Amino acid sequence: MKPAAFDYACPDNLDEALALLADRGDRARVCAGGQSLGAMMNMRLATPDVLIDIAGLRELQAIAVVDGAIEVGAAVTQDALLRWPELVVRQPLLARMLPWIGHYQTRQRGTVCGSLAHADPSSELPLALALLRGEVVLRSQRGRRVVAAADFQTGMMATATADDEMIVAARFPVAQAGTASAFHEVAQRHGDFAIVAVAAVGDKHAIRLGVGGVADMPGVIDLTWPVADAALNDFAWALGGADDQHATARYRRELVRRIGRRVIEEVGDALS
Amino acid sequence: MRYLEAGKRHTVRFTLNGRAVEREAEPRLLLSDFLRQHLGAFGTHVGCEHGSCGACTVRVDGKAVRACLLYAAQVEGKAIETVEGLATPDGLNALQAAMQKHHGLQCGFCTPGILMSLSQLHAEEPDADEARIRDVLSGHICRCTGYHGIVQAALDVFGKD
Repeated sequence: MKPAAFDYACPDNLDEALALLADRGDRARVCAGGQSLGAMMNMRLATPDVLIDIAGLRELQAIAVVDGAIEVGAAVTQDALLRWPELVVRQPLLARMLPWIGHYQTRQRGTVCGSLAHADPSSELPLALALLRGEVVLRSQRGRRVVAAADFQTGMMATATADDEMIVAARFPVAQAGTASAFHEVAQRHGDFAIVAVAAVGDKHAIRLGVGGVADMPGVIDLTWPVADAALNDFAWALGGADDQHATARYRRELVRRIGRRVIEEVGDALS
Repeated sequence: MRYLEAGKRHTVRFTLNGRAVEREAEPRLLLSDFLRQHLGAFGTHVGCEHGSCGACTVRVDGKAVRACLLYAAQVEGKAIETVEGLATPDGLNALQAAMQKHHGLQCGFCTPGILMSLSQLHAEEPDADEARIRDVLSGHICRCTGYHGIVQAALDVFGKD
């Protein structure tokens, strides 16, 4: 449980980080809080030649509302976003979900963008980004590109980030007037990986439901009111969960149906 | 750019419980191992080594974090606090004394980490309620106590200032 040897680089600015990625990106990993990558390296599931520590980069520390979205810099911790005074007004769903990410101690190091980069199928932030149709801002020496959530996560712990690219920010759309949201999760212990997590956002016309923890990546579906049990059941099956050491696929489907119903009712109650 | 080559030792300077420390470390050296093996600070315990159990929790610039998910190289210039820094010249501090009084520990393996988390919580939220205390404790695994004594100890100290 000790990491393999690596060079440790602590760039002074983003340009230095991007130059290092351009040169050695195929054997480098970007580290902000290290709460997922550090564990992977301790277990030798990740063995980069060089670790690029971006936690101190001033360009990546900001939380700001830009073009209708909360833009969160790549060095912003989950705890810092949770403590951002505007969060509960700008995007109450994120305020509900953030306390479920890891624990008090890991949220103080772990970053919002780091969680998206890790792309664990049971993580809350990829689910929030997928449900809210957010975006990820990538930078490399070649330029800047903005990737939609649906195109960013490509599978279990896999993303569209190229070897020479790094996430510089994530963009979560602000909540619109006349919408409501809800979130529930079942885990073995609060803060553990979700067995099933369900989030929803809706208005008086429709509701969008997102599920994490079941498939390789978050699943999202748009439904209209009233939501029939059959529609929820079809979605639970369509996600295609599998048995693992934490739960059976059948149990997961049952959780999708039950938590899904609870979340749908909460959104409905908040709108009425 | 600060660039530390693998396999070589590099000087790291920081403070440990208020005392200036200067030591050499390879980039791959975990802060938890640095404290125990290089500095002889055995108060910080090492459990799972992947951030789950909370035994190695220390405070870095005031924040309770996992020492097994930090490298010694990353605490350059920072202030580290460990369980060794808690006691006062008169003996145990209030949290430590409350843990003793309420049987908040049996084997004691998880205790240093728990004390460091509760120390930050008490410094920032001295009136935290039981739900908040339990939320913070969820980042620690204790297999002896069932947590009841730990929560009672915390409740004895929080909300008293």
